[in-house]
Amino acid sequence: MEFGLNKEQEMMRNTIREFALNEIEPIAAEIDENATFPVDTVKKLGELGFMGMTVAKEYGGAGMDDVSYAIAVEEISRVCASHGVTVSVNNSLVCWPINKYGTEEQKQKYLIPLARGQKLGCFGLTEPNAGTDASGQATIAEKKGDKWVINGSKIFITNGANADVAVIFAMTDKSKGTRGISAFIIENTFPGFSLGTIEKKMGIRGSCTAELVFENMEVPEENMLGKEGRGFGIAMSTLDGGRIGIAAQALGIAQAAMDASVQYAKEREQFRKPLAKFQAIQWFLADMATEIDAARMLVYKAAFDKWQKKPYTVSAAMAKLFASDICMNATRNAIQIHGGYGYIKDYAVERFYRDAKITEIYEGTSEVQKMVISGALLK
Amino acid sequence: MNIIVCIKQVPDTTDVKIDPKTGTLIRDGVPSIVNPDDKHAVEEALRLKEKFGGKVTALCMGPPQADDALREVSAMGVDDLILLSDRAFAGADTWATSYALGMAIGKIEYDLVICGREAIDGDTAQIGPQLAGCLDIPQITYVKNVEMGDGKILCERALEDGYEKIEASLPALITVISDLNKPRYPSVGGIVEAYREKEVKVWNAEFIGADQELLGLKGSPTEVRKTFAPEPKGDGEILQGSTDEMAKQLVTKLVDKNILR
Repeated sequence: MEFGLNKEQEMMRNTIREFALNEIEPIAAEIDENATFPVDTVKKLGELGFMGMTVAKEYGGAGMDDVSYAIAVEEISRVCASHGVTVSVNNSLVCWPINKYGTEEQKQKYLIPLARGQKLGCFGLTEPNAGTDASGQATIAEKKGDKWVINGSKIFITNGANADVAVIFAMTDKSKGTRGISAFIIENTFPGFSLGTIEKKMGIRGSCTAELVFENMEVPEENMLGKEGRGFGIAMSTLDGGRIGIAAQALGIAQAAMDASVQYAKEREQFRKPLAKFQAIQWFLADMATEIDAARMLVYKAAFDKWQKKPYTVSAAMAKLFASDICMNATRNAIQIHGGYGYIKDYAVERFYRDAKITEIYEGTSEVQKMVISGALLK
Repeated sequence: MNIIVCIKQVPDTTDVKIDPKTGTLIRDGVPSIVNPDDKHAVEEALRLKEKFGGKVTALCMGPPQADDALREVSAMGVDDLILLSDRAFAGADTWATSYALGMAIGKIEYDLVICGREAIDGDTAQIGPQLAGCLDIPQITYVKNVEMGDGKILCERALEDGYEKIEASLPALITVISDLNKPRYPSVGGIVEAYREKEVKVWNAEFIGADQELLGLKGSPTEVRKTFAPEPKGDGEILQGSTDEMAKQLVTKLVDKNILR
């Protein structure tokens, strides 16, 4: 049994850590405060190959392994969870399904620029009345000649307003239920496409969350992703991988909360000694460290399973369930250690706490992860 | 334009501790990195290659694990990787190291050699100048800007109070300072390529045709009498009182120390 990283993964971690500290951390508080999407750093991440890490070289990616990808999202999220999710969505929810289900033409046209970071992608599944129950899709696609005409809307779409390309889902045959859902690759320039509400969020405020509106949007028939009626399966398998990215994001936020807590505990003095000398604080830190280590093993294990082409639906669900849960613990206790200073924006733990919550919600709530895990046990 | 960049793998001295008894570095558990100035050398070589074409070769003398340093600069974009590694090189001071590097470079076609100003573990800044001497080519040290053309190189050489412009014919050697550029990050694709596709050529003393007497400890005129850790600086002094009072105290102290007159 081997717990260490290989040389490639180590260099990857060092590289992304340095990039995150030098390029992302200096703007993290600002993009959170102003809710601005960090166009420049996302572009730089793309140029360095972080937007399509596991895509093969011939399709614009780097051919990197999934553990390295999880490490990259972790390290990025350690300084800024908004950047973390932006990278995760493009890799997991856009590049991955096009790579897996796309035709050669689709890969040439969409995957290459997406993996190179020349274009940004988003994933449109959630609707006002189809959240956890994604089968209740109200977006309708009708075939008219050699085009699909799509009507409906998608909400809470990460990268929404900045994306050039989206993988979306719509009912092509309502009578067939989930077997009537199909996937499409669309562009933000297609006639009938528009942006709706840009959400004002509690956390990950530097990532853009938008509504996509389709009014008689014309989509060429060759832009259907996978076969007609297979969209639900495509969405679910895509989210399996996405959960590794979000689990890694949660892990990174938790690590950041602990790092900040350790530093603060050593510096801050009360009763004429550093906080670190109080057992109450030591116990917080010990719990954080233990939980973070356990989460890291689950996250890397899920990524390893995916890399090794083993089933990873359950391991990814476990990783996300656990990592998001301990991320809440770590960020909450980080604020407790910081006391009043943790409650104000001068200290980053305030942001970490707000950023943490979403990891229990998107790409499948914690309750959905439990459904997936228990479902596999009880089938 | 064929460029050779000399790089060194060094312990990350931001992390390093010194054994108070022996005065030597405690290397256990200290990560190794590419010497920071050398990354600026690599960056400049890559920029010149992008402008003028050609090839960039990284040359590193060190133990087998220095392989990682070469692969890191490969991930930045360096084409060829050569590790100069042999027990015969062990214990070399800067003189013997310069000789070995010079003999290795003698086996490569080149127009320009770029070195970092100095390594963070030794701080001598001697390799570049000595290597130029071994190769018998012109040298420009402390370079902060580079222009090239017509078989010549024109550099700005940093001085304490300004800079001087120096022109040299090629082939030449320059040593660069960190003001010169901002080194690029290794790319994900570059990292994959560095470990899966690139070969690090290992050259030994025999291959470079070096005289064994001039290598390693035997070839090193430097004799280390003693190494010691500098005394840690005492705690800073915090002045008390109103702003005016503290300013007066500060001036008095600076005058006492002859910093102000």
